Amino acid sequence: MSHVAETQAAGVVAVHHDDHAHHEHHEHHETFITKYIFSQDHKMIAKQFLITGMFWAVLGGLMSVLFRFQLGYPEDAYPWLETILGKWAKGGRITPEAYYALVTTHGTVLVFFVLTAGLSGTFANFLIPLQVGARDMASPFLNMLSYWFFFIASIVMLSSLFVETGPFSGGWTAYPPLSALGDASPGSKTGMDLWIISMALFVVSSLLGGLNYIATILNMRTKGMSMTRLPLTIWALFFTAVLGVLSFPVLLSGFILLIFDRNFGTSFYLSDIFVNGVGALPNEGGSAILFQHLFWFLGHPEVYIILLPAMGMVSEILSVNSRKPIFGYIAMVGSLFAIAILAFLVWAHHMFVTGLNPLLGSIFVLLTLLIAVPSAIKVFNWLTTLWRGSIHFTPGMLFAIGFVSLFISGGLTGIWLGNSAIDIHLHDTYFVIAHFHIVMGVASMFGMFAGIYHWYPKMYGRYMNNTLGYMHFWITIAGAYMIFWPMHYEGLAGMPRRYYDYSIWESFKQFAELNRFISTVAMIVFAAQLLFLINFFYSIFKGRKVTSLNPWGSNTLEWTTPIRPGHGNWPGEIPEVHRWPYDYGKDGKEFIAQTTPVGEDESHH
Amino acid sequence: MSTTTATPTKLWSGGKSPFNVEYGKLMMWYFLMSDAFTFGAFLISYGTIRFSSNGWPDPNEVFKSFPFAPEGVNAPLVFVSIMTFILIISSVTMVLAVHAGHNMDKKGVIKYMIWTIIGGAAFLGCQAWEWTHLYHEGAWWGSNPFLNHDGTASSTNFTNYFFTITGFHGFHVFSGVIINIIMLIMAMNNSFEKRGHYLMIEKAGLYWHFVDLVWVFVFTCFYLI
Repeated sequence: MSHVAETQAAGVVAVHHDDHAHHEHHEHHETFITKYIFSQDHKMIAKQFLITGMFWAVLGGLMSVLFRFQLGYPEDAYPWLETILGKWAKGGRITPEAYYALVTTHGTVLVFFVLTAGLSGTFANFLIPLQVGARDMASPFLNMLSYWFFFIASIVMLSSLFVETGPFSGGWTAYPPLSALGDASPGSKTGMDLWIISMALFVVSSLLGGLNYIATILNMRTKGMSMTRLPLTIWALFFTAVLGVLSFPVLLSGFILLIFDRNFGTSFYLSDIFVNGVGALPNEGGSAILFQHLFWFLGHPEVYIILLPAMGMVSEILSVNSRKPIFGYIAMVGSLFAIAILAFLVWAHHMFVTGLNPLLGSIFVLLTLLIAVPSAIKVFNWLTTLWRGSIHFTPGMLFAIGFVSLFISGGLTGIWLGNSAIDIHLHDTYFVIAHFHIVMGVASMFGMFAGIYHWYPKMYGRYMNNTLGYMHFWITIAGAYMIFWPMHYEGLAGMPRRYYDYSIWESFKQFAELNRFISTVAMIVFAAQLLFLINFFYSIFKGRKVTSLNPWGSNTLEWTTPIRPGHGNWPGEIPEVHRWPYDYGKDGKEFIAQTTPVGEDESHH
Repeated sequence: MSTTTATPTKLWSGGKSPFNVEYGKLMMWYFLMSDAFTFGAFLISYGTIRFSSNGWPDPNEVFKSFPFAPEGVNAPLVFVSIMTFILIISSVTMVLAVHAGHNMDKKGVIKYMIWTIIGGAAFLGCQAWEWTHLYHEGAWWGSNPFLNHDGTASSTNFTNYFFTITGFHGFHVFSGVIINIIMLIMAMNNSFEKRGHYLMIEKAGLYWHFVDLVWVFVFTCFYLI
């Protein structure tokens, strides 16, 4: 390209930054609608993601309580179930159709709406501009669209709960033929149409958000904020966004083929098949396994899309509250990068028992087990960060430590499942449920809670109540282990997942009491989350007010903004950055903010 | 790098774009990477299904007709070659439009954008004719009148993939034409003159070239192999 083009582009960049500098000069005249609804302020969009995610977390959690009712008390009838679920719990027992619909919607909602949109949507939006030192996202308008696509996706998914044939019930992975043939099950009809529309909208939302996060992190860092001075949260959110931008489109391709199979008589995923009550279908030549490849090419990176933001926030929170630099910053970045690359190369470990070529399987075993290396690096770095720190046990810190605990416990079983030979026995058992709930589900929820408790003062200018926070933490961590630990035993004994009633199986009758125990704890843990909700919403209005700019004594840029930052974040100039974000306990100083210039006689870190 | 920027080591130190581009272009590049994965997934799916099928129709037999030519004409791949040529020429005119934009040559931008739009529309017209023709031969989603190379009955996945992937590509061309029309209107309304640069034309150009590039792969997979 010509010299002209470059100078022109440079000119444009300068113009762009000037644009943002104008924010300080005039106050926005905001109405209720532009401030709270169609807001283009990244902080408000973050809160919109968070609260929508919380709505889904409550609904998805409630669904798990309902199906745990069925699993814990399969013989008993509860008339109140019929009162709230109507025909889906005739006679007070959840019907099989309703059970599968609950399981499916629970999975979809928790994976995509809570732990993707609710987690990275919230914290990427909130933290990226604040921590890289930008007035807002690269494109506030696309950012707003990202939320509203998510909102519409939510509405469509919610509406699928109320259609006559029920929501989709073929599992969150939506494997054909259940997802491709309307005649295959009640949930495969309108419910699946709505599910797929909702998910397509969600992909658009995720794409718009991801492009914005990448562009903001690369282009809009403040002066002095080199890539190696970025807080680890930002590195994690960057890799998360890259993963999303490159893996969701493959899911979209898979969905488009699925839509054709459902509606236009194609056989991409369908082969010679016979449906009970319908007869032989004319399809031929398609492959149901093809969908699994396309699905898991997203599905596995998706696990890291969920986990990386939690890892990043936990790194930051552990360092701040240990009053120590993060151990091995570059190793942390490197391991995030390694995880992001490996995320794309391991998807077939979900498919060891599909008839996958064993040689190919062994390659995927190797690549899968390689993930243990960066994961272990991260774990040891977290532990060495904690080591001999002067730890401040804030609720955020407790949840961050809880994350590390869960990540270790759940990660170790991943080594079992990553072996194709052991997977033959463990595949589709409760062992798998235990593994991924601990390592990805609950661990990421803990990362999210840690982030909320830690950055709440920046979000709302008030603190959450500590006592409720501690109660919330201890009940949740004890409960999480009591729910999911016993599932390992059930899985090792061969108990398959996704069954409606285990009491009719001689081999699994022995687990009746254990299942009841798990269900009981699940209800208690769900109830404990209400403590969090009360704490969250009460504190928005009545929480203790934040009086100092930097309540945690943190180095990062977000704490240099006013207690309640307006649109544009910094009233004056954007601060310049002079050092990395982890100068804690250096040269006898408790912390040195990134904005502090490096002194003459300062030691090297 | 040019003399207007600092040394490369400073590019990443914050306060400026490390690639010396504004955010929109960066987002466009990442979007194109994302879209490449969408097409990649389609084409790889097509490849695996075709590979696992017993046979596949011969493209020289399927795509041998030509508009207004007598019935039974044998002109294998002639029409699609013309389509491809049109699309590639429209890429050339797009380059010229971007170049005119660099020189702040409004007239040139308008002229070449019009040619690019005409090229895109002509490609879509050709595709519409080809689809209609195939439809009248009995080909559609879920129905495949063509036989395999060896004369055995073929699976419907030949037409399923053909219509889905060329349709998805055609949808991209269609949205590209719409974008180009918007760019043309903005250029005529002096929007870019007022901004002092024609960067939007460049971004639309990136998309347009990408759509052309994808066609090269689609063309290869469906018509040549």
